[in-house]
Amino acid sequence: MPVRMIEILIKNGRLIDPANNRDEKCDLAVTGGKVAKIARGIKGKAGRTIDADGLIVSPGLIDAHVHCREPGHEEEETIASAAAAAVAGGFTTICAMPNTHPPIDDETAVNYVISRGQKAGLARVLPVGCITSRREGKELAEMGMMKSAGAVAFSDDGDGVACSGVMLKALQYARMLDVPIMQHCQDADLAGGSMNAGPVAVRLGLGGMAAAGEQIMLRRDLELVERTKARYHVLHVSSAGSVDLIRQAKALGLPVTAEATPHHLLLTDEACATYDSNYKMNPPLRSASDMQALRNGLADGAIDSLASDHAPHTEEEKELEFGVAPFGIISLECALGLYIKALIDSGALDWPGLIRCMTAGPAKTIASGRPGLGSLSVGADADITIIDPDARWTVDANSFASLSRNCPYHGWKLKGRAVVTVVAGQIKHSLL
Amino acid sequence: MAKREFSSARSSAPVEAGEDGQFVWTRKDLLGLDELSERQIVHILDTAESFKEVSTRSIKKVPALRGKVVGLLFFEDSTRTRMSFELAASRMSADTILFTSKGSSVAKGETTLDTVRNIEAMGVDIFVIRHGQSGAPHVIARKVKSSIVNAGDGSHEHPTQGLLDIFTIRQRLGRVKGLKAAIVGDIAHSRVARSNIIGLQKLGAEVVVVGPPTLVPPAIKEMGCSISHDLDEILPQVDVVNMLRIQFERFTGAGAAFPSMREYANMYGLNAARLKRCKKNILVMHPGPINRGLEITTEVADGPNSCILQQVTNGLAVRMAVLYLVSQAAEK
Repeated sequence: MPVRMIEILIKNGRLIDPANNRDEKCDLAVTGGKVAKIARGIKGKAGRTIDADGLIVSPGLIDAHVHCREPGHEEEETIASAAAAAVAGGFTTICAMPNTHPPIDDETAVNYVISRGQKAGLARVLPVGCITSRREGKELAEMGMMKSAGAVAFSDDGDGVACSGVMLKALQYARMLDVPIMQHCQDADLAGGSMNAGPVAVRLGLGGMAAAGEQIMLRRDLELVERTKARYHVLHVSSAGSVDLIRQAKALGLPVTAEATPHHLLLTDEACATYDSNYKMNPPLRSASDMQALRNGLADGAIDSLASDHAPHTEEEKELEFGVAPFGIISLECALGLYIKALIDSGALDWPGLIRCMTAGPAKTIASGRPGLGSLSVGADADITIIDPDARWTVDANSFASLSRNCPYHGWKLKGRAVVTVVAGQIKHSLL
Repeated sequence: MAKREFSSARSSAPVEAGEDGQFVWTRKDLLGLDELSERQIVHILDTAESFKEVSTRSIKKVPALRGKVVGLLFFEDSTRTRMSFELAASRMSADTILFTSKGSSVAKGETTLDTVRNIEAMGVDIFVIRHGQSGAPHVIARKVKSSIVNAGDGSHEHPTQGLLDIFTIRQRLGRVKGLKAAIVGDIAHSRVARSNIIGLQKLGAEVVVVGPPTLVPPAIKEMGCSISHDLDEILPQVDVVNMLRIQFERFTGAGAAFPSMREYANMYGLNAARLKRCKKNILVMHPGPINRGLEITTEVADGPNSCILQQVTNGLAVRMAVLYLVSQAAEK
């Protein structure tokens, strides 16, 4: 067998690969764009040798919840700019949410997202298709054809599927296709506000969105999941009650996964007190006890993964009054540091735990048919993120690759960031 | 409280001493009562006291704001507040410019901030802003240099209304501390309620809010007041009752907030029969405009316990005081 040239040799790093229960100091060799060898003291010539002493070598990070805004709002973000932001933040795979204009609700649109992602050639961009045609919540979209085209999951994100009959049919299809339904749990009749319902909203005179609105839809969906046994993923869990419901569902053995966002792990509704719309998102920031429940949920496995819900908006839109400004903030390029602050510094997770929630965790939801995604298994595509856990840096939204600046973390001092991002054996981002 | 004399000569303005360690007003904006201390609220009331006399003169004008421009920006309908501010500004000899959103560039899609920045570029010293969105003046205040006076933002605060209500209570009942006040009706959507709850409590009054649970959010308790759904139980206990207008225009979400106007008037309307069970000197207030027959009957609104028109009169003095104080602070 001919000896192939090592393309990248990463030496002396702390290699953490939760999918393979690995956490040890060793070397990793990339050959042919794949993970070729993991061992101590790998010898040989390499195209690029990276000394990772003091650094963490992780499977490429995955963010399964990114709004790329293309097609329709290219002034806010494009698939290429989102992919650039992803690799700058250490993410090798992102899922593109389908609430674009027009929405990603058929095979052609799915192909478009895939081709734009390939053209950008940065992070992997995996499309999420709509559950319903035109995101109207009325008729199923062509889930089967979209899956064949490469859609990894289905969601009407931005809205929950309000009609129980439609949701049941969607889950039946999801079960047949073995794809997850990603639900934005929000009862439509209890929506309409602009922040968490509670004392802060009352004081500020802003319309509230009660946590009950999330939990009502989640409870209904869990009934349907129990009946259909379809894979079901809870997007951006925000309330303590929802964490409990998910924990109970998992105890019953239901095929449920869930994600939490940096903002729900670090901020509470008190942040809305200055009417700064960079604290307006959906679901809204909730109370300190909700925030703690989310951290606990990640610690005990009720919540599987971390996702940014990166939601770009222009400055003009975000300059509108709090009540009418659009929901959403961006954090793709600083998410890793935020997770470290929320989860490692607080003691909720250790490093293998955190990396699991950013690799194997989201892969459990989106990686069916993509063996090796979210792992450093030998033979898998070499998607690798090298993290300097001690790097101290200040978030500067003006330096983002993202086209938008609606980031409440601008100016935050963080510890820990991705220093090298490798996608399929190619270095797409490097601070070394 | 000692009544201060207001001198028409600006150089000798009595309330702005300072050099000898006296209280000095330093806020260039008035966004809400939430941000004010008890002492600052009392200072505005005392300043208003000194301006009240101006309106009794045959020539109702002082030169305190001569050469200043007050921009009245009303992004939401208003009659009495707008006219009150306009008159207050002209009695202080300021020039006023008026902007209302109807038929304006807002309809063409210009943002509030762009509108304000454009008008500021014309050279405006004080903006008086009424806006349908909570927090709108707060965001504007961070982006412009002119003084901002909140003339009511969404369901958040209406600080000059709160001040004139407290001013009127102090005038009629001689004190605020130790009084018990009921605020009745649409608490959920009322900026008048919030400014009253905050201001009255800061000055030592006790506040109970009364209304159906659909219009009284439980979390309002965290602002320090108590909650009741039974008007008849509360009325005999209170010294002041402030009847709010039902803000149908702010109702959102599924269904109406109460089954019918008839039932609402029956349960929460102030009528002569209810007034009889109140303390003899109970002060009946209403921020206007009144829905006669719904939250208050004509008999009560126009009766001897009512101070509704006095509130309007006092509003002028309070607004003169506010414009004067923010203008002084902006000059420092």
